[in-house]
Amino acid sequence: MDQLIHQVLVPVGYIAAIALPLIVAVAMFVYWERKVIGWMHVRMGPNKIGPFGVLQAFADVVKLLLKEVILPSSANRVLYYLAPLLALVPAFAAWAVVPFGEKMVLADVNAGLLYLLAMTSLGVYGIILAGWASNSRYALLGAMRSAAQVISYELAMGLALVCVLVLAGSLNLTDIVHAQAGGKGFFDWFWLPLLPVFVVYFVSGVAETNRAPFDVAEGESEIVAGFHVEYSGSAFAIFFLAEYANMILVSFLASIFFLGGWLSPLQGWIHADAPGWINWIWTGGFAWLLIKAFLMSFLFLWFRATFPRYRYDQIMRLGWKVFIPITIVWVLVAGCMKYFGWVVAGTGV
Amino acid sequence: MIDTNLFQLICFYGFAAVTVAAALAVITLKNSVHAVLSLVLTFFSTACIWLLAEAEFLAIALIVVYVGAVMVLFLFVVMMLDIKQEHVREGFIRYLPVGIVVALVMLAEMLALIGVRAMHGQVMGANPAAAAGMSNTAWLGQALYTQYLLPFEIAALILTVGVVVAVALTLRHRGDKRHESASEQVRVQARDRIRVVKMAPSRPDEPTASQEPRQ
Repeated sequence: MDQLIHQVLVPVGYIAAIALPLIVAVAMFVYWERKVIGWMHVRMGPNKIGPFGVLQAFADVVKLLLKEVILPSSANRVLYYLAPLLALVPAFAAWAVVPFGEKMVLADVNAGLLYLLAMTSLGVYGIILAGWASNSRYALLGAMRSAAQVISYELAMGLALVCVLVLAGSLNLTDIVHAQAGGKGFFDWFWLPLLPVFVVYFVSGVAETNRAPFDVAEGESEIVAGFHVEYSGSAFAIFFLAEYANMILVSFLASIFFLGGWLSPLQGWIHADAPGWINWIWTGGFAWLLIKAFLMSFLFLWFRATFPRYRYDQIMRLGWKVFIPITIVWVLVAGCMKYFGWVVAGTGV
Repeated sequence: MIDTNLFQLICFYGFAAVTVAAALAVITLKNSVHAVLSLVLTFFSTACIWLLAEAEFLAIALIVVYVGAVMVLFLFVVMMLDIKQEHVREGFIRYLPVGIVVALVMLAEMLALIGVRAMHGQVMGANPAAAAGMSNTAWLGQALYTQYLLPFEIAALILTVGVVVAVALTLRHRGDKRHESASEQVRVQARDRIRVVKMAPSRPDEPTASQEPRQ
């Protein structure tokens, strides 16, 4: 019985402790997005439901769940209902290897970075199948655009992560964070030696999640809503959830790979003794990761309110002719940094 | 509680059953998109079996490369082609003997491999990663970049040549195609495109009062 609790119930508890806050975070992030874009457009944003409109997202969830799920005529029934789940499952499964703090990780996998690449590359199936199963031209066009885009940017993203693992010397995410510890504060993090790659990684992340300015898969003004044009009610809500969970995931991963994860930007500068609720400011903790991820996710919203949509050929050019050459060159540069000892992983923890 | 070995065995048979069932579905399903998805499932459960055998790097690489990239392209092509299933099925009886021969040769090769290994008394072979006290991924990396560096580099070179050849074969230059130069577009200044003309204000309603030439 004791073993049962330890082997089954505790992991299930951990999973719930990650998944449920994630769902709430998605709801609040949708509210925050509408609010921020509203401010940037000099509008109010949602302000009717709850104080400052905070409960708007929850009202939308209830609305979506109560709506009818419509199956288009001569759509492929099985795949039509399977597609949203195929989009959602990888978006949540990827969180298994994300370290939230020292020893705060669900699965401390040695090949964690590869696992992440695998999970993020699976998400495209949901989009392609949704587009195909809907039996709609707009949806199919959106699916094709999305598939081409995700495959192109996956390469740049993977090569960018190769630079990270060359410097960190490990595929384990906890080790990657430890490799960024040191006595020089936030200059010890990988954003500095890998600055071009950091930019490439985050922009590829924006492209992988099909967000503006890379949202040709949805492209309201061209193909209505792209791959999920036929979806309604809770099926649409699941796509929405997957997209936003992926955005938050990319923000967390960018913080972990390049901004030192839960490490403090003041690490090594302050050696004061203070109670735990102040101490984390220089010793690092979960709160720092949250702050970093919040700032990174804010960039998603900022991009959306700022940039017009890329044209399809411009997206392909940026991915193949700009990002991939940059990352290939920087793999060599990172190798030199490692070989000549310019960047030493995890100095003076 | 369940013994770990027994649990692993149950998992193995579960994954193996799914793999075989999905592989059968690939060649029996009528809808070609369903068949491609079954192939995805086959790869996925194969990766699970490899994970059980503690080959975590290979397992995840299989998912990244085949499920994440190759099968997406497969799906892409199958979705675009409107394949008539009846025509595909016509050749089934005709090609059956060839298929059986290929299957028999593969079976014989596998049995021979197992037999040779059994003769040396090592059916599975020792786990070199565990012997070296490293994770499977770290051991694989060290082995590839030290012991097997030359074969590894040759394989990489062949793959690169393959990519270049594939591009060279499909690349054709069309004379009537219009190219957009991105660098030219970026370099464009406002003064290249519009000319701001300063002119005195004029009122078209009162032609007699105006001394300025109208445009």
